[in-house]
Parts: sequence; structure tokens; C-alpha cells
Amino acid sequence: MSGLLAAPIIIPFAVAAVALLGRRRPHFQSASAILGGAVHLAVGGMLLYRVHHHGIAVLNVGGWPAPFGIALVADHLSALMVLITGVVYGSVAVYSRAEITADCLQRGYYPLLHILVGGISGAFLTGDLFNLYVWFEVMLMASFALLVLGRTRAQLDGGVKYVVINLISTLLFLAGLGLVYAMTGTLNMAHLHLRLQTVSDPGQVAAVSVLFLTAFGIKAGLFPLFFWLPASYHTPPVAVSAIFSGLLTKVGVYALIRTFTLLFPFADSGVRELVLGAAALTMIIGVLGAAAHSEIRRILSFHIISQVGYMVLGLGLLTPLALTGAVFYLLHHIVVKVNLFLISGLIRQWGGSFELARLGGLFRTRGLGALLFFIPAFSLAGIPPLSGFWAKLILIRASLDAGHFVLAGVAAVVGLLTVYSMTKIWNEAFWKPKAAADRQEADGESRVSAWMLAPVAVLAALTVLIGLAPETLYQMARLASEELLDPSAYVYSVLGSVR
Amino acid sequence: METVLALLSGAMLAAGLFLMLGRHLVRFIFGLVLASNAVNLLIFAAGRPGTARPPLIPDGSHFPAAAVANSLPQALILTAIVIGFALLVFIFILFFEAYQKLGTVNTEAMTDAESVSAGPGPRERAEP
Repeated sequence: MSGLLAAPIIIPFAVAAVALLGRRRPHFQSASAILGGAVHLAVGGMLLYRVHHHGIAVLNVGGWPAPFGIALVADHLSALMVLITGVVYGSVAVYSRAEITADCLQRGYYPLLHILVGGISGAFLTGDLFNLYVWFEVMLMASFALLVLGRTRAQLDGGVKYVVINLISTLLFLAGLGLVYAMTGTLNMAHLHLRLQTVSDPGQVAAVSVLFLTAFGIKAGLFPLFFWLPASYHTPPVAVSAIFSGLLTKVGVYALIRTFTLLFPFADSGVRELVLGAAALTMIIGVLGAAAHSEIRRILSFHIISQVGYMVLGLGLLTPLALTGAVFYLLHHIVVKVNLFLISGLIRQWGGSFELARLGGLFRTRGLGALLFFIPAFSLAGIPPLSGFWAKLILIRASLDAGHFVLAGVAAVVGLLTVYSMTKIWNEAFWKPKAAADRQEADGESRVSAWMLAPVAVLAALTVLIGLAPETLYQMARLASEELLDPSAYVYSVLGSVR
Repeated sequence: METVLALLSGAMLAAGLFLMLGRHLVRFIFGLVLASNAVNLLIFAAGRPGTARPPLIPDGSHFPAAAVANSLPQALILTAIVIGFALLVFIFILFFEAYQKLGTVNTEAMTDAESVSAGPGPRERAEP
């Protein structure tokens, strides 16, 4: 059982080592990546099963009891996040086989991908604040290298901005962590939950919590800290932007949810109003930014921002229903967003460009492709009965229940504007006839590999499945939110009777 | 002791931020070094430096005889220094590569990833 908690971290690192050994054999690398993704997914499923049936799982690494050693903890939220990481990992591993050029393979694409996933899994599973910092760094280092792997001008430019802002976020996190340690003398998150309540000056705790809000807000792409995201996410290969869009910002959201339920439950400190305000502005600015752009991956990047706003809205409201909505949204969004980025690669293959102005006529030539785009795009916008509809419904309902009518209105209007954006891509890329001048140049290289099509189809099926049977995921999200709102089970699982 | 460390850390962080706000990438690197060391000092101060006696427990005993230094912040700082150093090496290489490809270290002039023109911008031209 204890191996089950460490496995999602160990597997990607083991596969990374294997991939490094087979450096000059692309087929071996890709096969090991797909196998690694499948095993990671299976382990994630087993972990969720275990947590669901036997309660929160804890592993004291090296046998050192918490709070002295580092504990790995899996509650419903962590297990769900690890499972969805496996879904993304597997899809991207399959997609990479056809998309990643020999040049990038030579520079170590696969080992970096595995290390990235290892870091992400570690961040989801750790129960120790300093360990979370270390996993963040593992993840960042791999993402830095993946982002600039192609060494084009745009990648280097986007990479510089991405690296700079992330290093600042890291420093803020580290400073906040040091101050928390100074106030409490511990770094174990369950222990911190108890100790932070007894700090004599709540103002100090609130001030430090804002450091965490800023640090994780930068990673999540929260307003006004999101500018690095649309400046960098459209530059790397599609498989890389897909995994970034699905998982990296979501690690930030996960960290926000974890810290602001376990460590700094909102008191009357004004932090909650700050979070709600930031969430509303994130939704609005993100969707407006998307409306202003005409390159598919930039539009999608801005939508990541606006969707992060929804999740943080759920966190800010902090009612059981709102938190359930946030977790539901998080999971649905990862599936949909990764899929949309993967499809943008297909569109490029079919139409020869990411620029909407140069695309067109794909509906006539690519009927199935149009369907595959339609599902995630309109799920993102919240059209029933797709998964995004339920996610938005829960959150809007939760805002109404909590009496935040303005926020409910914002969430609804932003959903409408998302429809506008998705319709724009639909009209330009699929519906309008292709400009005569571009017609001959693009039609030649339009054969798309099954390796790229398969993950897109699977993720689209998953979106439909969540949409038609939302109950399973809803119940999981509800259990996760119950554990978050009442951390006593979490604390007891980690610390036992130690107080 | 803690007051001195706090003041020093604050001064270093201020200087680091000042440098990081400049448009020159090399200044950013120097600012980052200062700021990350300021944070390391902060963690050191957080561990309540008082005594310098090493945290060793004598044979046959279960706890140290007198007050000893807190070794945890040192372990944390050591980790942070190692990670910080790796990141520093990476950004040196990244910035140098960016300087070679883009021909500038002024962040205002680095606009390859952000051209908002509707048609093919410099981004598309530059792609191999």
C-alpha cells in the first residue's frame, strides 16, 4: 500500500531514466513513454480506489513519523489530480509520437516530459510545505527546458518571460514558507493547520497568506499576474503546450485550494474578498483577451486564464457546493483544455497554420475533425449536455446560494463570451470557405497520423461521458470538498494522536 | 542578531528588486542572486539563531544537554541554495542564447512572442 503513494512519483522518474538510456532510439523512447503513461494512469486509478474505500492514505517517507519527516498524503483531491495527470500524461505521450520532431527528441524531449510529470505528481501528493517547494522547482526546471527546446526566436522570447516571472513567484513562495516556519516551527501541512490557529497575531498570518496567494496566483495565472502565460504558451510544440495548459496552471490552482483550506482558512481578514475580486477580474480579462486574438493557441491561452477564474471563484466562495464546483471544474477543464490544444495541432496539420485568417473550409474536408473540435470547444463554453455545462451550473448555483449575484452574473456572461470565442474559431477554421490563394499550398500535407487522432478522440469521449453521467465525478468532487472544508480527517490521518 | 539579519535581508531584497525592475537582463540576474540570498537569510533568521553549539546528542542520552543550534533552517537553506544555483546556471544559458538569437538584452525590445498583428508577424517568419 505504501508503494502506491510513491508510485506516481517514482514511475515518471524511472521512465525518464529509461528514456535517457535509449537516447538515440526514438521508437523505444516513445514506446516507453506510452507505457509509462499507461502505468501512471493505472496507478492513479488504484490510488483513487484506495482513498475512496479506505480513507486518506499517508506515507511517512523513510519511516520518519510526521511532523518530523516528509509525509506523502493522498485525499480525494490529491488522488483525483494524480488520476487526471495520468490521463494527460498518457494522451500527450501518444500524441508526441507523431508530433515531436527528431530535433527535439535529440535534445531530450522525453526525459524532460517524464520529469515534468514526476514533479507535478509530487506536488499533488506531498503533505509538506518545503517539499511542495522542491516539487515546484523540479516541475519548473523541466518546463523551462521543454519550453525553449526548439530554440526558435519566439520560444526564447517567451521562455525568458516565463522563467523570470516564475522565479519571482518561487522567491515569494520561499519567503512565505520561511515566515510560516518562523511563526510555527513546523512545515508539515497538517501540523501547520493546528499551529497556525494558535498564532497570537492573526494579522501576521493574513499578511503571510497574501505572499502565498501572490506566489500561487502567478503560477495559476490569476489577474493581474497572468501576463507571462499568453506570452509563452503558444510557442512550444503542441504536445508541450497541451501538457502545460492542462497541468501547470492547475498545480497553481491546486496549491491555492490546499493552502487556503488547510493552512489559512479565510477569516475576517479581507483575503477572501481579494480572492473573489481577483477571480471575477481573471474571468473577465481572460475572455476579453481571447476575443481580441486571432491565433488559435493564443485564444486558448487566454481561455485558460478565464477558466482559472471560475475555479478560484469556487475557492473564494468556500461553501460546500462552491468547492465541489471548483474541483469539478478543475477536472473537467484539464480534459477539455488539453484536448483543445491537441486539436489545434490537428488544425495546423490540416490547414497549415494556427492563424484563423489563413484557415478555412475544414468542415467540408474534415467532417470528423469538426466534430472532435466541437465537443471540447462547446464543453468549454458550457453548452449542455457537455461537461462544462455542469461545472458552470454548479458554480453559478453556488454563487447565487451564497448571495453573490454579481459574481453569478459575471460567471454567466463570461460563459457567453466563451461561446463567442469558440464560435469564432469554428467559423473561421471550419465553416468559412478557404481563401483561393491559400488553397493549393495547404492541401498537400493534410494526412494526419492516427497517433495524433487517437488521444483527441479519447479525450472527447471522456468529455461526453462526464457530460452525460456527471454524477460519478460530482460525488467524487463532493467528497473532496468535504475533506477540504473539514480538515480534521486529513490532520488525524497524518499526525495520528500527535498534537 | 535577528534584528541585524532582518535588516540585512530587507536591504538585500530591496536592492535585488530594484535591479530586477530594470529592463536589462543581466541586471535581472544580479537582482535575482541578491533577492534569493535575502530569502535564504530570512529562513535562517526564522530558525531563531542564538547559540552556535552543534545539535549533537551525547551517547546514552535521548536529548541534548543544553540548548543547541537549530539545524533545520540550514538544511532548508542548503536545498534552496542548490536549487537556486541550478536555476541560475539555466537562466545564464537561456539569457545568453536569447541574446545571441534576438540580438538584445533589453526586455522592451524582445517582442517576438507577442506580436499582435493579424497577419503573419515576425514570429511566423522566424520559424524554421
